[in-house]
Amino acid sequence: MAANKLPTDRTFADDAVRGRIRIAAGLALTLALALVWRFYVLQVSEYERYQTLSLDNHIRIQALPPVRGLVLDRNGVVLAQNTAVHILQVVPEKVDDLDAMLQQVDALVGLTPAEVSAFRARVEKQPAFEKVLLKAKLDDVQTATLAVNEYRLPGVTLEAVLHRDYPEGSLTAHVLGYVGRISESDQATLDASAYQGVRSTGKIGIEKQYEGALLGRSGFEQVEIDAHGRTLRTISRSSAAPGHTLSLTLDVDLQRVAREALGNRRGAVVAIAPSTGEVLTIVSSPSFDPNLFVDGIDQETYDALRGLDDRPLLNRALYGRYAPGSTIKPVIAEAIIDAGIDPQEQVYCPGWYTLPDNTRRYRCWRKTGHGPVNLYSAIEQSCDVYFYEMGRRLGIDVMSDWLSRFGLGQITGVDLPQEPTGLVPTRQWKRANRNESWYPGEDLITVIGQGFLMVTPMQLARMTATLANRGFPVQPRILLSKEDSLSGEEISPAQPVEKLERVVDTSLDMVVAAMTAVMHSPRGTGRASGRRSPYQIAGKTGTAQVIAIGQDEEYDESVIPEKYHDHALFIAFAPADKPQIAIAVVVENGGSGAKAAAPIARKVMDRFFQKQLQRAALKGKSNVFG
Amino acid sequence: MFSGRTLHLDGPLLIALLFLSALGLVVIFSASDQDWDVMMRQAIRLGVSLVAMVVLAQVSPETLRRLSPHLFLIALVALLGVLFVGVTVKGAQRWLDLGLVRFQPSELMKLAVPMAVAWLLTRGRLPPGFTMVLAAVMVTLVPAGLVVVQPDLGTAIMLIVSGMIVVFLSGIRWRYIMMLFAGFAALAPFLWLRLDGYQQQRILTLFDPFADPLGSGYQIIQAQIAIGSAGLWGKGWLEGSQSHLEFIPERSTDFIFAVFAEEFGLIGVLMLVVLYLFIVGRCLVMAYHTRETYSRLLMGALALTFFFYLFVNLGMVSGILPIVGVPLPLVSYGGTSMLTLMAGFGMIMGMHARRRLMT
Repeated sequence: MAANKLPTDRTFADDAVRGRIRIAAGLALTLALALVWRFYVLQVSEYERYQTLSLDNHIRIQALPPVRGLVLDRNGVVLAQNTAVHILQVVPEKVDDLDAMLQQVDALVGLTPAEVSAFRARVEKQPAFEKVLLKAKLDDVQTATLAVNEYRLPGVTLEAVLHRDYPEGSLTAHVLGYVGRISESDQATLDASAYQGVRSTGKIGIEKQYEGALLGRSGFEQVEIDAHGRTLRTISRSSAAPGHTLSLTLDVDLQRVAREALGNRRGAVVAIAPSTGEVLTIVSSPSFDPNLFVDGIDQETYDALRGLDDRPLLNRALYGRYAPGSTIKPVIAEAIIDAGIDPQEQVYCPGWYTLPDNTRRYRCWRKTGHGPVNLYSAIEQSCDVYFYEMGRRLGIDVMSDWLSRFGLGQITGVDLPQEPTGLVPTRQWKRANRNESWYPGEDLITVIGQGFLMVTPMQLARMTATLANRGFPVQPRILLSKEDSLSGEEISPAQPVEKLERVVDTSLDMVVAAMTAVMHSPRGTGRASGRRSPYQIAGKTGTAQVIAIGQDEEYDESVIPEKYHDHALFIAFAPADKPQIAIAVVVENGGSGAKAAAPIARKVMDRFFQKQLQRAALKGKSNVFG
Repeated sequence: MFSGRTLHLDGPLLIALLFLSALGLVVIFSASDQDWDVMMRQAIRLGVSLVAMVVLAQVSPETLRRLSPHLFLIALVALLGVLFVGVTVKGAQRWLDLGLVRFQPSELMKLAVPMAVAWLLTRGRLPPGFTMVLAAVMVTLVPAGLVVVQPDLGTAIMLIVSGMIVVFLSGIRWRYIMMLFAGFAALAPFLWLRLDGYQQQRILTLFDPFADPLGSGYQIIQAQIAIGSAGLWGKGWLEGSQSHLEFIPERSTDFIFAVFAEEFGLIGVLMLVVLYLFIVGRCLVMAYHTRETYSRLLMGALALTFFFYLFVNLGMVSGILPIVGVPLPLVSYGGTSMLTLMAGFGMIMGMHARRRLMT
């Protein structure tokens, strides 16, 4: 029987093995309870902690970048917009062989060495699971080529993004400025929460000045992701609010006329509507293409732009500092009248002037002299000798007071970043900065707008507008209105225009008459540019020395290098009696203001009134000149 | 018609096993992202395993005992074969290609080791003497050593545990138990050095998984998040975000319990543990009532080893034991383990059904 073959050690085994089974069962039960306890801890005691971790795991908040606001000119011409472009991004983690991938992409769309090295630098810095930019701005062919080959390139993604675009390019480059990629130094100053998902920020110009209005508000999206970070579905979403649309006071048309009139010369043109301060034109030449900066300009191009003697990146209209030359004579004239000097008093001009007790000759620009001149003819013919005499009588204190009243030596308050003040010298200034007292000869240099005096074209334009306004200064402004892109609500005026006090009590009529004579009388220095004008122009030419001419030397353009040629300046407003436009023109090393600068102003003004006429014709009005 | 009795089956145990296996299919369906193919393949494996169970239930305990040493030797030769001509899958050499089927000798060893140890111990008088205990330890350690080098640490541990359970159940004197513990403790430092870097890391990770949350700690953390975020009632079947968003690695196999716990919560965990305990308990009761020592030792050892599987898997998934690659018995996706387990249960049922014949 089987039972005999199987040993059954009843006496021991029954008890011992059964006993051990009981012990083992008890142990198993204890271990099972320990497990249950462990699960109790995880699922009940620490439930909330793990629930939070679980949510964090698969719910991610993604920022939705806002669409940057448009910028338009006063007639609705688009100056800055956003266009869709494709960019190529790479998730390094998903690429097996980075070098092979780069070769493949290079074969498909071509990569510049700069793009490759910038990409490698970014790969070093960023976590491997984040997208790294490889190539910005693919054209349509490149986009299509990559789109059909994308499946062969794991980790390489093609993405459509909005890209800032300046259709007018260099024409509006200085005033608009540009946006650029947010740099590390930007990150330190910008509010990170407002820039969620935003890649660029305004660097200079209007783009920087109105960054807050243009930026818009980021939206957010709660998305569910899987362990690989793929987005599966959107749980909730708050849309981004686009930035405001900005309308500028600029007229691109006038801008173009001014730019073309300047040609390839260095210089600036600023035109203001004197009654409102609206800046109609702000041109600086030479210029550059702001679109180069949007995706981060490469160092080579940037260095080339910076290295040029012409300094195309410099906005001369705002940051260029020039001796104003004779263009300040109308302001000095106000000081003369105010000082009680009879405007009819004549000063004899032999072509030069000497101070009492001194033999040094201060020359008039006209070597043969003007003969007897009074205030009117001194402005008309820009006689320096007359003003030397008056400068001596007025002294620097009075002159600097008057120049300051017309806004020189101080910021105009125009809505562009970092406006410089320029300089109107005073005794105190010279003592503090040069540790010297004021010399009488410096009165004479100052009165003809030379010496320490430094003004910007914007300040000159504002001064001209103040003259045009018969003493009411204006604050130049470039922003016409803001419009909420969502609601369409006009936020206007964008900035309250400061009501300024009348700075001149005396009537300016006489000075304006003299300025009109500059343009329209047979002896006026600007008569060539005033000829056959259907409207009356009040203007003043100016020619500022760049280098000192010695006592017995001749200024001869033909032998002096071009960069030491005189700067040509011109200010004007029109119509003289009811001004609608005030303009300041500077042409660096242009020679004479009458020849180089005044024709530019005339072209801009002609275009301005031509447009006024057209507009009036549409509205059925006949007289636009007042 | 066959009845349960004529087929030597045990009704309560069979019902519990079927219930557990069915539950396993339900969880696999969820863990595989509702892949019918995966579930059907597992169902077919379950069917094959049940057939094996029924077949083995017909084998008499006497035959089992007689075959024990032969089975052990065959398995040992096969294990050696794996070392030389084995097929490498996922970096481990565990399979023998027999042309028609692939065969994992280490799985056969899971049955052969307790059978051989029980056979060995019941040859002499119980309780076993020192030499007998030493022989039993050798019978256990030699195949375990062969499995470790495959490398398959989890199976090796289970082999040692199953052998030692037989030794324990045989009524071995407590001082020998102490000596065995002391022996393993003394060996521990050497074993530690024998472990691969990744295996050492797994044990270290246990103490502080958050030290490397994206590396070695990832599995533990994600499984714990899945379990913990379920709460009392769970997220619902097919609703586990951790599981379905692929945060849990190996979610159909070793970590399937994390999927179950995420979707069914503590209530589900309790019910599953109770179901397992019922199966283990039922087997132990059957062992208890079996008169004959070899059967009793083998039945007890198989039941307790089954429990140990559960304990190691749940301990590993819940982060109290290192990750050693032990599947959740009868639930994890995969055929070999299920076949072995069901065969074991078949043997248990068969031995129990014939318990009276032994007297």
